[in-house]
Amino acid sequence: MAVCISVIAKENYPLYIRSVPTQNELKFHYTVHTSLDVVEEKISAVGKSLGDQRELYLGLLYPTEDYKVYGYVTNSKVKFVIVVDSSNTSLRDNEIRSMFRKLHNSFTDVMCNPFHNPGDTIQSKVFDGIVSGMMVTAG
Amino acid sequence: MESQEEKPIIYTMENKPIVTCAGDQGLFTSLYTSLAQQLPREPMEWRRTYGRAPKMIHLEANFVQFKEELLPKEGNKALLTFPFLHIYWTDCCDTEVYKGTVKEDVMRWQNSLRVHGSVDWVIIVVETNDTKKKNKTNILPRASIVDKIRSDFCNKQNDRCVVLSDPLKDSSRSQESWNSLLLKLRTLLLMSFTKNLGRFEDDMRTLREKRTQPGWSFCEYFMVQEELAFVFEMLQQFEDALVQYDELDALFTQYVLNFGAGDTANWLSSFCAPVTNWSGLLLRRPIDMEKRDGIQRGEASLLDLRSYLFSRQCTLLIFLQRPWEVTQRALELLHNCVQELRLLEVSVLEGALDCWVFLSCLEVLHRIEGCCDEVQLASNCSHTVGLWAYATDKLKSLGEHCGLVSEKGPTSEDLNRTVDLLAGLGDERPETVNSLQSPYKKLKEALSSVEAFERHYLELSHAAMEMYRAIGRLRSARLVGKSLAEFYMRKGDPEKAENFLQEALKSYVSEGWSLPVTHTRKQIAACQKLLGRTEDYLQTSALLAGDANLTTEERTHSCQEILTFAAKSGEDCQKVTLSMGVFSQLTRLQFHPATASVHSGAVLQVELTLRCLMPVSVHIQQVAASIHFDLDHGRLKALQRQTNPGTVEFNHGSSSAGPPSSSASGPALELDEIHDRSPSDNSLNSTGVVCKNTHLIMRRHESSSPPDTPNCVSPAVAMKEGAQMLKVQDVTLEPGDNRITFTAPSGQPGTYTLRQLCATVGQVQFVLPHIYPSVQYEVYSQEPQLTVEPLSEPLLAGLPQMVKFTLLTGHYTVKKGDALQLSNTDTMPILPSSSCSARISNPAGELLSESVLSIQSSEKVTSISLPPTPPYHTLEFQLEVLCIIPSGYDRPANERLTNGEVRHRPRSYSHPDTPMTAIDQRMSIDCPWSIYSTLLALTFYIPFKTKHSLLSAGNRKYIQVCVQNVSDVNFTLAEVKLTEKQHESLELQSLTTKAQQLLCSKHSVFCLWEVNWKDDLPSCLQCVFSANFSLTNQDVSSLKPFHYQFQLERVTTLYSVRAEILPPAGEQYCRSGLLCGLEVCITRLTEPAEGEIAEESKTDSDGLKTTKLMYEVADSSSNWAVCGKSSGMVSMPMTADATHKVQIEVMPLFAGHLPFPKIKVLKYLPHTAAVAIQPDPDSCVENDSLSLLDKTLDDQGDTASIRSRGSVHSVGSADQQQKGVAMPRLEPFGPGQAFNHSHARQVLVLPSSDDHIMEVNAT
Repeated sequence: MAVCISVIAKENYPLYIRSVPTQNELKFHYTVHTSLDVVEEKISAVGKSLGDQRELYLGLLYPTEDYKVYGYVTNSKVKFVIVVDSSNTSLRDNEIRSMFRKLHNSFTDVMCNPFHNPGDTIQSKVFDGIVSGMMVTAG
Repeated sequence: MESQEEKPIIYTMENKPIVTCAGDQGLFTSLYTSLAQQLPREPMEWRRTYGRAPKMIHLEANFVQFKEELLPKEGNKALLTFPFLHIYWTDCCDTEVYKGTVKEDVMRWQNSLRVHGSVDWVIIVVETNDTKKKNKTNILPRASIVDKIRSDFCNKQNDRCVVLSDPLKDSSRSQESWNSLLLKLRTLLLMSFTKNLGRFEDDMRTLREKRTQPGWSFCEYFMVQEELAFVFEMLQQFEDALVQYDELDALFTQYVLNFGAGDTANWLSSFCAPVTNWSGLLLRRPIDMEKRDGIQRGEASLLDLRSYLFSRQCTLLIFLQRPWEVTQRALELLHNCVQELRLLEVSVLEGALDCWVFLSCLEVLHRIEGCCDEVQLASNCSHTVGLWAYATDKLKSLGEHCGLVSEKGPTSEDLNRTVDLLAGLGDERPETVNSLQSPYKKLKEALSSVEAFERHYLELSHAAMEMYRAIGRLRSARLVGKSLAEFYMRKGDPEKAENFLQEALKSYVSEGWSLPVTHTRKQIAACQKLLGRTEDYLQTSALLAGDANLTTEERTHSCQEILTFAAKSGEDCQKVTLSMGVFSQLTRLQFHPATASVHSGAVLQVELTLRCLMPVSVHIQQVAASIHFDLDHGRLKALQRQTNPGTVEFNHGSSSAGPPSSSASGPALELDEIHDRSPSDNSLNSTGVVCKNTHLIMRRHESSSPPDTPNCVSPAVAMKEGAQMLKVQDVTLEPGDNRITFTAPSGQPGTYTLRQLCATVGQVQFVLPHIYPSVQYEVYSQEPQLTVEPLSEPLLAGLPQMVKFTLLTGHYTVKKGDALQLSNTDTMPILPSSSCSARISNPAGELLSESVLSIQSSEKVTSISLPPTPPYHTLEFQLEVLCIIPSGYDRPANERLTNGEVRHRPRSYSHPDTPMTAIDQRMSIDCPWSIYSTLLALTFYIPFKTKHSLLSAGNRKYIQVCVQNVSDVNFTLAEVKLTEKQHESLELQSLTTKAQQLLCSKHSVFCLWEVNWKDDLPSCLQCVFSANFSLTNQDVSSLKPFHYQFQLERVTTLYSVRAEILPPAGEQYCRSGLLCGLEVCITRLTEPAEGEIAEESKTDSDGLKTTKLMYEVADSSSNWAVCGKSSGMVSMPMTADATHKVQIEVMPLFAGHLPFPKIKVLKYLPHTAAVAIQPDPDSCVENDSLSLLDKTLDDQGDTASIRSRGSVHSVGSADQQQKGVAMPRLEPFGPGQAFNHSHARQVLVLPSSDDHIMEVNAT
């Protein structure tokens, strides 16, 4: 169960960020923003070694006391960051991966919408629904 | 065993596998050193069970004297103290001694081993030369002792008895035996390991499988598995040892998780006890026995267990040279512990965990620092920085908890809490008592006073920030910086806070994170307020007031801050200039009229749409837009009039908090066409497309400069005074879109560019430094313009046509009494009309008024009185004009117009687009606004083409006129007439009977007249063809005359030519192939006329006037073969009925009715006659001027029939030739001058009598 799901543009501004309403939204914004440091670090590290055959899933970006931050980056350098509550220990790596995959699929759908202007924030209700689904139940 | 445990072997972890030694202790002692040295010298391959990879292992051993107590009792799981190998040493070589003592001793040793089930033993028999010598006396060979032992004890395992020869000698034999001994020992040791560890592991697994049974204790199991870890560690197999701990770690974690899931294990309750000690990790000892004992006794808390486990993992990782894994695991551990305590609902004193985490972080960092050099540390910041940041975080929250961050210092409550926290730390560990920088001391000191806390906190913060920076994690660094700023703010030190906040803000803004931007901006506002930076504060407040992320209350508060300041009065407070962008956005600018181009003095309104971002309505004293004025230069004007849009939309990508517009799309290209015209004649030199906003587009690429960040206004923002301004006073801007209308100055002609916008609220000015894209409007001044254009195309000559006069008044005001004076011309009279009305419309094209135009015509001038018309209006009226079709021949004399100008003869020419002949009619108009006449041209088209021809039949003459309609409309021709001007006696009798004739488009009408004369036929006829015509669908009253003048010359028939073909003699008919006679008879018909005599005759010697003619017989169709002379010269006397006969022989080539061969008669002009011909200069000009008209006629006409003027033409041209060379020449007769009677006659030719030749022509 994610507590915050965000999509960040190639230029590092948020395209979409949503967190569980019960918690301080601002804190997640800071967390996600800071996580970009690690995302960039990982991207550059991977880029050097593997070239184009890279894994999109970046794994755990960094843990904090309360949250685990996972990252995923598409080939077009759009980043997905999912924040999971640390106390939620039942989540396995595979489930996180599948969340990202789902998110990526839905994001692709949004991009395929001819009325969507790439670079604009995501307003899609379908995407919102997918995100809500991931924030409620695991995977 | 007890004594073993008492020894500090476990502390140092330098223990080795125990090997017991029984038998001859003296012997062993002598060999111990070399044995201990040589045993680990070479590695052995250790093959593992359970498919684990084999390992090379250097074996060491701790040789101890055999005691029965050393043997493990049943159920003892201790592995560390387990003797893996038992050795019995003997150097006995005497059978007696062997039998007497050694055997028994060995037996005893064996028995005790057997009792404990130990099978790992070996008996070493040491052989020396001394013993050999001793044995010399003995009969028994020494080998027999070994054999004996082997047979006694090693019944099946001969390898359990090893011989060591001369161990103390340095010989190859001794070395050999050492090697084999060592190999044996190693093998046996490994076998023992495999066996015993395997057994142990099996037991351990069995124990682990029982973990679901009640009464199972994790602590017990922990001790068992740790024993295995110890052994691996002892064998230097740190990897394996670590695996044991990791397994324990995972097992424990799983239990905690299961607890969280509701599956509680009993033994876990001991870990749920309240935490009383938070002294942090202890990593300086290899094994923390204190904690280990606690675990063994089942009294350890969760933190104790975790601490101990981690300290062991840490030790092993450092042995494995993996210090960075330590830091990573440490961070995980600390996070995990906090979570686990929460999960297990262990009660912890508030702040205690912070202490524990803080101490632990520092302890780990110290430990790492202890085993790495500085370079390594610096290059691995990324591994340690997390711990630094975590420690900083925790210290901060501790500081807040203990009241150390506030301005006032801790309260007594805070102090109580501090004391409680310090109590849980316990005493400092002996290891660090002497260290000045121990985590324990740091924490104690930090919590002791506000100053010390600050010092430590700053130190940590800066360390963390620097590390983050060093590894390029700037966002993290800024977050730490922001946290530091918060600290400073709470300490009441806004100056230090500001920089950190600004830096963080910059980063959030540049990456478009709106929520952090808002939050940070709020902090900055507070900071700036404290610092008394009014301008900055107001700017930030304005930003906050327009921030959609804030609540209305917060926004209203910020807005109120600005308004309060603005309302302040007095000289002391300076005006503050803020950026307009934060206050309101200019979204649209609209011009009325939309062309954004007015004539000077006209009203131009500019409507601004301002989107006010404030949450409440704001009263603005003045909104002003400054204008830059450019004098117009003509070239620019034409260009801009096209491009100025009436409405300019200002595209604001976003508010400051939205996603940065630059990254999304960037500014749109603004392209413009340019025309470079030559200044002299306005012709186009070059044209192209320019990008007007390259500076913006190019800038985006070169750096990641933040998008419009109107956070701080550059000091350059100021309204330029003195320039022209658009001003509106007292406007109230409501939240959202507001429309403000300005009236723009339009006095001077030129281009006005809107530059800046400024809204003034009391002491505050909001300035938009640049209006972009640039907005211009144009004021122009225009000269009056008069144009004439046909109402319908094409204008037909000869018929009344409507033309439209359009007068653009420009800056001129048409007053009452102003009139246009049109010079009348004969060729295009203006037809007076009573119902001529003038329409006046305004620049927008709306009709204002319509009035009747009064037109007075005098002989020379038509005067049109214009109704009064305001400037920049359009006056239109229509006039009916008629263009007289030029009749063709006669040429009016030059005449002067009333204004003294030379009248322009309308010139006709053929137009490429139409078959009609075009005539340009020029009008000269005197206008009241100018001293010069305006010349206007209209192009008319003649709908007809007329041709004439003279036809002869002997002496009788006929004139044919062909009228061709080349226009697209149909006409009716009526009253077709032909008159001769000069000779009244001449009668022209029309052979056409119809009174009216239809002349359809693209059709022709032919008319024929016979010429009858009484006395004499004049040689030259001046004819006028006239007809009335009208459009077919119009009534007869609208008939318009059409005249066509032409002249026929040399009309009279001078000669008649008769030819006769005479069959050969004796034949009735001509036969092909036989010569016939052609008799040509040329007869003079008339007396010579005067002109003819002068022109071409010459007086013969006998006084008779003769003229020379040349005849020529030519057969173009190859019917005839002319034999002999085909042409010749005859001299004709110039009297009537003079006849000349010529005989020529011709031969028909074919049979049948053959046409006569052609006989041409030409005038022969001797060279002397040439000079006499002086062509009329007028006709020469006439030729030139009308050549175009004529040419078309000539081209189409039959060359034989129309030559009246053509002859003149040829004379002229011949004359020009003659001027070069005076040669005799031939000249053809005009049409009708020589009449050929036998033209088109035929004669019957019979085939030749030669029957047998038949020629067949198949064509």
